[in-house]
Amino acid sequence: MKVEGKRLIWKDYQKEIAEDKFFYVRSCIRQTFFPGSEWAFLKIMKEVLGKDVYENPAHTTCTGIGYHSDIVPFDTTMTVVARQFALMTEAGYQNLVPSCITSFGLYTEVMETWKHFPEEEKKVREYLKKATGREFEVPKNLAHASDIIYKFRKQIAAKGKYRLINKTTGEPLKVVEHIGCHYAKMFPSKGVGGAEYPYVLTGMVEDWGGEVIDYPERRHCCGFGFRQYLVKANRGFSVACSKKKFESMAPYKPDMIITNCPGCPMFLDRWQYVISEMEGKTYGEDGHGIPVFTYEEVAGLILGFDPWDLGLQLHQVPTEPLLNKIGIPYDPFKKYLGKNGEDIGIPIKPSMLNTQ
Amino acid sequence: MNKKVVIIGGGIAGMEASITLAELGYHATLLEKSHSTGGHVQDWYQLFPNRRPAKEVLTFSELRMEGKVKTINDADIIEIEKNINDFRILLRNGKLVVADAIVVATGFDLFDAHRKEEYGYGIYENVITSADLEKRFSEGKKILTHGGAVPKRIGIIHCVGSRDEKSGNNYCSKVCCVTGVKQAIEIREMLPETEVFCFYMDLRMFGRHFEELYKESQEKWGVNFIRGRLSEANENADGSILLKVEDTLAGKPLKMKVDLLILLAGFVPSGGTKAIGKMLGLPFGDDGFITPKDEHTSTNLTDIQGVFVTGSCTGPKSIQDSIADARAAATQVANYLK
Amino acid sequence: MIDFGYTINTDRQIDYDANDHRMSHFILSREPSYNLCIGCGSCTATCSAGNFTDFNFRKLHLMIKRGEISEVKTKIQKCMFCGKCLLVCPRGVNTRNLILTINCAIDELKL
Repeated sequence: MKVEGKRLIWKDYQKEIAEDKFFYVRSCIRQTFFPGSEWAFLKIMKEVLGKDVYENPAHTTCTGIGYHSDIVPFDTTMTVVARQFALMTEAGYQNLVPSCITSFGLYTEVMETWKHFPEEEKKVREYLKKATGREFEVPKNLAHASDIIYKFRKQIAAKGKYRLINKTTGEPLKVVEHIGCHYAKMFPSKGVGGAEYPYVLTGMVEDWGGEVIDYPERRHCCGFGFRQYLVKANRGFSVACSKKKFESMAPYKPDMIITNCPGCPMFLDRWQYVISEMEGKTYGEDGHGIPVFTYEEVAGLILGFDPWDLGLQLHQVPTEPLLNKIGIPYDPFKKYLGKNGEDIGIPIKPSMLNTQ
Repeated sequence: MNKKVVIIGGGIAGMEASITLAELGYHATLLEKSHSTGGHVQDWYQLFPNRRPAKEVLTFSELRMEGKVKTINDADIIEIEKNINDFRILLRNGKLVVADAIVVATGFDLFDAHRKEEYGYGIYENVITSADLEKRFSEGKKILTHGGAVPKRIGIIHCVGSRDEKSGNNYCSKVCCVTGVKQAIEIREMLPETEVFCFYMDLRMFGRHFEELYKESQEKWGVNFIRGRLSEANENADGSILLKVEDTLAGKPLKMKVDLLILLAGFVPSGGTKAIGKMLGLPFGDDGFITPKDEHTSTNLTDIQGVFVTGSCTGPKSIQDSIADARAAATQVANYLK
Repeated sequence: MIDFGYTINTDRQIDYDANDHRMSHFILSREPSYNLCIGCGSCTATCSAGNFTDFNFRKLHLMIKRGEISEVKTKIQKCMFCGKCLLVCPRGVNTRNLILTINCAIDELKL
């Protein structure tokens, strides 16, 4: 495979990413699955890079989950999105940074709709004014939080204490990068690197010392996407999607998976446990599974944040083997002690997945 | 007669037009942008449908040109001035060529397969185009994978860059289907142990003997055909290519590994067609090719007095089409100049 | 093993490399005209059995070519052996002999 061939394509898909003064909107569900990620993003932006990131506690869900599950009609979604824009305008910001990839896709979709159908924008302005009395301006720049970390990846690497290198062999770690579907598949020009060979996570991995694996099912959806798995009977469909990806990446023996969506790491992490319990199959070395990370967690690890502060104890597939590979120190006794040193309880050991 | 005709473009159509005009008694000057005449036919190995050597067709034309047609190679045209009675063509090297009539025969380029990102051309070494394959045939090279092994299975993909809104080309490039079938046979003859699969949407066997060639490919050579357009090509860990198509006749998605993938790249109007057409103020169709005066009755005329068109600059053509069209254009020029 | 209340969906993609191609090779060696099919569907359209059952002759032997042979044994029993398909094939495939040969394959390959 010639990476130069991909670089030519990456050149075609570059996008404007704002430099500073960000209005941050959070994900509905991310903090439940990966509690340390949004905290890590804000800490990196404010303390490490010295940027201005503002969030308004009055901001809400973008209704992406509801919209994609056919529960929330598009008009309502557009109006809620408009309210988010209004909060941003009122605070004096013009650069919107969503934490969730579905939010990013939704905001892009709404802004594109308004571009092609200005009467929709006019309608929504009326709705919002009537409902809340607020007025808004469309953000000048919309970039996903992973785009921001991508933009500042070299600064993070420069300030970093660790690299994505196996300290025993000196070889770069083999990293599978997985992009959320809503990042680039709908609007390829709005994703760094486009949809076929996305670059946003690849760029991070390359600059942080790792090696990205290109495997055949790289583009396949992980199976999240709300509609199908909300009903338990359909969940097998979602699991089958993740399983297809695992089967395809396994021959390359990856050390880790990095993702930029709230749902994808949740599925890729948890489904490894489900597949092990349902079919007895595990991926990764010695049945340990392949550890899955969000890009904020990886950035945090590079910068030397404490793994338990990043929330890695809540990962179903244990991350310790990877921490050992990189040489990141951690205190195994503090793993299940909470913020104030209280015992948060130890999970039951799975029957198949090796969590030693 | 001392009327001068300038033929712009030294491919097969330009060559044939120049010879016919010379034989009719005109001063024919052939301007060719590159170092040599012959155009794309120089790059082909054997021609469909009967697999005769491409060189024979070139030689047929070259021999008749000798001493009769003035050829200027490396001719980079920067300006064409239309006067009441003639045309003045200025070349980059300062040379001025005067003409009483111009025949535009600037032809086509092949679609740049890099643009089909999902097929991995330029990224995965075992993905090549039909033109790359012809070159290997012409140079007598063995058909091997990038790793130097004999491929156990080769895939051929039809409609690359043609009939494809995403590539910006909605038209059919006409000759790629029969080229794919021809190359499939050539591969099977060279590598009897190698399986060949052609992935197509439709098989356009429009010419004489083409359908019989298709039948022969199946009956005599065991070429396999799967109706389904390639959605994506990915690389396996061993460098082989994993294909995802729908087997539309089975109604199910299908995945298959091939050791070498060949993309049948279609036609696009050449850079020369675009440039010369613009210089002369000729109309282009939605497909980017030059539109002649009337698409049934006057396919070699344009709305500009003294300017004629022939060959693939007005749309994809086979070699047989181009030669016939070039001779037709010559008769139109003669009619104009008498 | 835990039952979570659902099963993992099976992949319905035809995995050409993983499939069993013995039947296809068997038929090809006995009836070379098998290669000539272009999938036009004339045989299926005229088929007596195809009008009243889900017997689809075109699809049946296409699936055999792809190695999807799990249902061939049951499906092929619907053929009435009337020969209408043979009359109509534009490529001259000996369709009636294909049926006989498929049955031989099922017997000899013990499928």
